Amino acid sequence: MSLSQFIPFLPEIFLAVAGFAILLAGISLGKRGARGLSLLSLGSLAVTAILIWVVGRPVEGAHTILGGMLFVDTFAVYFKLLTMTASGIVLLMSAGYLERSDYSPGEFDALILFATLGMMIMASGANLVSLYVGLELMALSQYVLVGYFKLELKSNEGAVKYFVLGALSSGVLVYGISLLYGALGTLDLGAIRAALTASDTVNWTLNLGIILVGFGMLFKVAAVPFHVWTPDAYEGAPTPVTAFISVGPKAAAFAMFLRLFLGAFHPELAQWRIVMWIAAAATVIYGNIAALTQDNVKRMLAYSSIAHAGYALIGIVAGTAMGLWSVMVYMLIYTFMNLGAFGFVIMLETRGYAGERVGDYAGLAKRHPGAAAGMLIFMLSLAGIPPTAGFMGKLYVFSSAVQAGYIWLVVIAVVMSAVSLYYYFRIVVEMYLKDGDEDEPAPLVRDRWLDAMIGLCVFVTLFLGVYPAPVVGLAQSGVHALGLG
Amino acid sequence: MAFLSAHFVAIVFYVLAVLAVAGGVGVITFKNPVHSALSLLGTFLMVAGLFVLRHAEFLGAVQLLVYAGGIMVLFLFVIMLVNVRRLSPDAAFLSRRAPLAVLSGVVFGALIAFGVLAGSLGHPGGGATALQMVQGHVMGNTEAVGWTLYRHFLVPFEIVSVVLLVAMIGAIIFGRKDAGLEGRGGRMEP
Repeated sequence: MSLSQFIPFLPEIFLAVAGFAILLAGISLGKRGARGLSLLSLGSLAVTAILIWVVGRPVEGAHTILGGMLFVDTFAVYFKLLTMTASGIVLLMSAGYLERSDYSPGEFDALILFATLGMMIMASGANLVSLYVGLELMALSQYVLVGYFKLELKSNEGAVKYFVLGALSSGVLVYGISLLYGALGTLDLGAIRAALTASDTVNWTLNLGIILVGFGMLFKVAAVPFHVWTPDAYEGAPTPVTAFISVGPKAAAFAMFLRLFLGAFHPELAQWRIVMWIAAAATVIYGNIAALTQDNVKRMLAYSSIAHAGYALIGIVAGTAMGLWSVMVYMLIYTFMNLGAFGFVIMLETRGYAGERVGDYAGLAKRHPGAAAGMLIFMLSLAGIPPTAGFMGKLYVFSSAVQAGYIWLVVIAVVMSAVSLYYYFRIVVEMYLKDGDEDEPAPLVRDRWLDAMIGLCVFVTLFLGVYPAPVVGLAQSGVHALGLG
Repeated sequence: MAFLSAHFVAIVFYVLAVLAVAGGVGVITFKNPVHSALSLLGTFLMVAGLFVLRHAEFLGAVQLLVYAGGIMVLFLFVIMLVNVRRLSPDAAFLSRRAPLAVLSGVVFGALIAFGVLAGSLGHPGGGATALQMVQGHVMGNTEAVGWTLYRHFLVPFEIVSVVLLVAMIGAIIFGRKDAGLEGRGGRMEP
């Protein structure tokens, strides 16, 4: 291991150091300076992104560094930049929210940066150990962030449920990894793939290991039947944290999922495909059905995010190169439309938990037509109606499954997309057709940074809806990194 | 006697393994939390014995120092500070979910047993000497662990230090008393 191997690792080193610096700066600032710290954190994310572009890119083709622990390839760069963008948007959205709360911003911003570091490791890990350690770094930061409003009962409840179930799922994941090591004698993804390609006998210990790793990953992406933590954690967490854990960590978990199942475990596709088929179908059905009866918007968006994980799983079931890049595109589109929708929940959340009930949206179109139009676009996109990006994302994922011959799965998903229209349009109906008959309608938060971030999400959602080619091209360039031709 | 000496390692293994599992069962069945904690201590000791049996002496020693020493003391401290004498769970809550819990436990156990018994486990580490090799020379188990940890697994090792920092930050956030937050419920101001 020579010193030059550390050069592609510089972005991660810088981000870790920046996290320490933000933590120290936050101590001296106390409860003040939320906006300054957010800008500082955003700046360090920007420098990290520049470093990734300068030294972290696979200029001489994909390769591994530091003793085969990390990949340097376009797949990793794609997901690193995606999760960092999500973190940056959340940092700017949360600044005003933290200012209005009684909690200090220093640890909050530092934890977001450390979670981002974990997600970067998950996107580039080439060894089961480095992938797992990255996952734990992300997960531990998330548990703390969910419970960050420690005097709120709901925040505590969400954090405890998330932590206990998360620890259990980590145990299942590590047990699966240990079985893989026992069966193959290696933790290196490349070596695992080579060993699986070479052997043609069915080894049940190996398959059990793969399935248990799959269970761990299904938990992290919140798929049925490992979804029970999601509604409570999403509802209890401070809203910017809910926005964060619904996008960045989900994208990173899908990066690890793809790297493992369409990369290392791809030769055993015939063995694990049926499990993923059942999980995808159950997730799409349950997520959409359960969302129908929710009156709390955060809970509804939690079930909606479960359903969206199900749509993305369909691309993994397809198991083809198109399945891979369609999931990559889907994660990017989902990130922007979900962040935008949560941005509006933050905007309405001026008093306690106002803005969380569907009824709080009544008459929004009359009072604030711009905000209502923005929310309409995100609801359309989440439901998958053209010309928004959500439609393009679903189109790619579904057509990859049709090409692979999984017609029934696509039929289920399309029917359930139609069901999802009902609960997304409940909010639209409230906004446009109901009068806000409250004596005191919940006023909107006036926060330029939040407005700007929502505007960015609206722009990306509409732009990718009509012209998705650049992102598709970027995702397709990441396909050969996993050896799917 | 000949049987005993021929199968000595296997016999010791099964005794330790059975005691370790029994300790684990004890943790969740004892009513008194102190008994549960001591039962967990038994499991830690047996697992340390298993490590030594497999010639991983360093891991065995660390298991004793960190788990049986450090973590166990922490458990007992918490039990003393919280001062729980007897855990009395809500009987209705448990009995309602018991059949489902037993069912899923049995299914999961059967799955594991099938996977481990039906498949073939390789021998990734080789024999005892493989755990003591450093750059082709036989040294000690501690040296071998050190060489692997600080060279091959350097990156995960460094990231674990950040993981521990995050855990500490979390403990401090939840543990400290914030001036100004008490009595206000931490609610958002209008």
